[in-house]
Amino acid sequence: MEQALANGVYLGAQYALIALGLTLVFALMNVLNFAHGQMFVLGGFVTYTVYGQLKLPYWIALVASALTLAIVGALFEKFLFRTVLKRSSRDESTMLLAAGTAFFLDAVILLIFGEKQRGVPKIVNGILDLDVVIMPYDRLLIGALAIVMIVAFILFMQFSKPGRAMRALAQDRTAAQLMGVEVERYSMIGFALGAMLAGLAGGLLVAITGVNSGIGGPISIKAFMMVMIGGAGVISGAILGGFILGMVEALLLSVLHSYGDITYLVIFASLMVFLSIRPQGLVGKPWG
Amino acid sequence: MKRRHVVKAILAASVCVMAVNFALSQAAQADELKIGFVGVTSGPAAAWGTSNVRSMQTLADMINEKGGVEIGGKKYTINILTFDDQKDPKRAIAGMEKMAQEGIHYVVGPNVDDGAAAVRPVAEKGNIIYFPYAFPKELYTKPAANAVLGMIANYQSGPAIYKYLKDNRGVKTVAFVAANESDPLSQRDSGVAAAKALGLTVVAEKDTYQNDTRDFTPVLTPIVKQKPDLLVLSGVAPGNAPLLIRAARELGYKGLISTETAQDAKVLQEGAGDLANGFISVGGASTPEIRSKAMEDFIDRYTKKFGEYNDESNTKVYALEYILDTLKANPKAIDSVDEFKKTMDSFTAPNPYLKGDKQLKYVGTTSFGQKRQVSVPMVVNEFKDGKFQTLFVAEVD
Repeated sequence: MEQALANGVYLGAQYALIALGLTLVFALMNVLNFAHGQMFVLGGFVTYTVYGQLKLPYWIALVASALTLAIVGALFEKFLFRTVLKRSSRDESTMLLAAGTAFFLDAVILLIFGEKQRGVPKIVNGILDLDVVIMPYDRLLIGALAIVMIVAFILFMQFSKPGRAMRALAQDRTAAQLMGVEVERYSMIGFALGAMLAGLAGGLLVAITGVNSGIGGPISIKAFMMVMIGGAGVISGAILGGFILGMVEALLLSVLHSYGDITYLVIFASLMVFLSIRPQGLVGKPWG
Repeated sequence: MKRRHVVKAILAASVCVMAVNFALSQAAQADELKIGFVGVTSGPAAAWGTSNVRSMQTLADMINEKGGVEIGGKKYTINILTFDDQKDPKRAIAGMEKMAQEGIHYVVGPNVDDGAAAVRPVAEKGNIIYFPYAFPKELYTKPAANAVLGMIANYQSGPAIYKYLKDNRGVKTVAFVAANESDPLSQRDSGVAAAKALGLTVVAEKDTYQNDTRDFTPVLTPIVKQKPDLLVLSGVAPGNAPLLIRAARELGYKGLISTETAQDAKVLQEGAGDLANGFISVGGASTPEIRSKAMEDFIDRYTKKFGEYNDESNTKVYALEYILDTLKANPKAIDSVDEFKKTMDSFTAPNPYLKGDKQLKYVGTTSFGQKRQVSVPMVVNEFKDGKFQTLFVAEVD
């Protein structure tokens, strides 16, 4: 059980970092970014190229992933989402655009990086063996880095000027505009930040789980699950959702493994029941 | 006047060139042999179909450069038509229908069980012989007649591997883990049956994972606690194998790990490094000890064309070779799949990819009651320091 709990904490930190960017973009722009998983994958491949292929230090690879995705996110917002949001007030327009960008990124990533699973050399060797819990040092490091990044993100949103502006935008776009917040600028920064978080998560996790061009869709689905659990558009909800999903997954896989293929059935069934009772998630607001 | 003559001459020459080009293109079209591919080349399982397509395209390039393949005294250039079914049976049906509309009689794929089963009616109605990489026996046993298994099935390789490991490595207990999808689950079930038939004790047979799992530590934690002598990764996708191996080893698992599916050495090395040493899998003409110069040339050409070789192509190279060599053996089969079927029973040709005098032939009588499987060497590999080493070689009848 101790091992399952340790697995859950580690999985939760991973998941929370993945979900943060998605919920940020949703909060700021009311856009469900279906390409979030593909952005995660692109971040993983950038780290793979810089660290795994070019043999540069891992931290440079992480910075490269973050910057690449921030630029991709900013470009997507400026030239695609901003245009569509100006011309259409229908939610499905941005949803279709987001789906389109997901397919586009899928195709580009497959073309550039190929179909194979990729991995990088371990960033830290060795295993922490406490008898009841076994955890490789690289997982501990990545888990800790993920938690540091989550904390840094919360502090940024809480105390920096752009963070306050984005929170104002998320609360009430019109009021924020009337108070002098540059809506377009901070929407772009927010989208870039969301994409950057996806890229950072991809860059971090490529050191543990590798990356391949086909996992973008499944990553997005998992991120949506976390956001639904915690509450869409709420930062604390994404973190909570990530840790809950990670913990539930680790514990159920440990407890239910002898009953066959029911772990994910139980998770999805529970999620349906939960959403029918509390559609806004744990900390979300029912009015959006 | 002179200028007018020059213009006339240019026009006349242009018309002549166009006429010659048209005639040549017509002739070229008439001598084109279309071979189809319907399988998965996108999404998490893209590696399976992509290695098929790239093998076919590489081989077609090599043949076309030499002027094409000679069948019945006539040269044909090979044109590979591909369709990505995205691992979706509905799309696989659409792909096979497209091949039928194109008048194609020979198709490689699909890559998975449900896709291969779904296309069967279309293939039979459209007079298409297809080469799936899927294991359901009903596809290859009568009354089914149009599917030809393109590789070794797990129920053929599994028992051989388990017996080898029981006899040579002292394996007594086995644990199985599989993705929660039809192919891996059916492979797990037949693996469990084979292990039990050999008298091995199965300590875990219900454990599964979602195919899109990225972290396998929670999945493997309860299995590793059982301390099996052998951990079988049933039907594992090449992308998941290194992750599972790494998670198991990092959890302290010391036993053997094997699978019955083909894997890629570079993927294993990148994803698991030295932790993958000792991993046992199945390949085609995969190891330097047995492969011929022609196989080396194919690997070089593939690598130049696509930047990187895929070890799965050691098996995937065979399907197109079998189609072409069977057509060479009976040229009437170009337009008649019935002729192709007749030829399959007696067909033999030199195997260009193996050293020695090995033969290409259709097999499957023991498993399916009829010859509906290509004979490829069952090379059981052991991964060691970034490369596969041959553990043993066997044949399927």
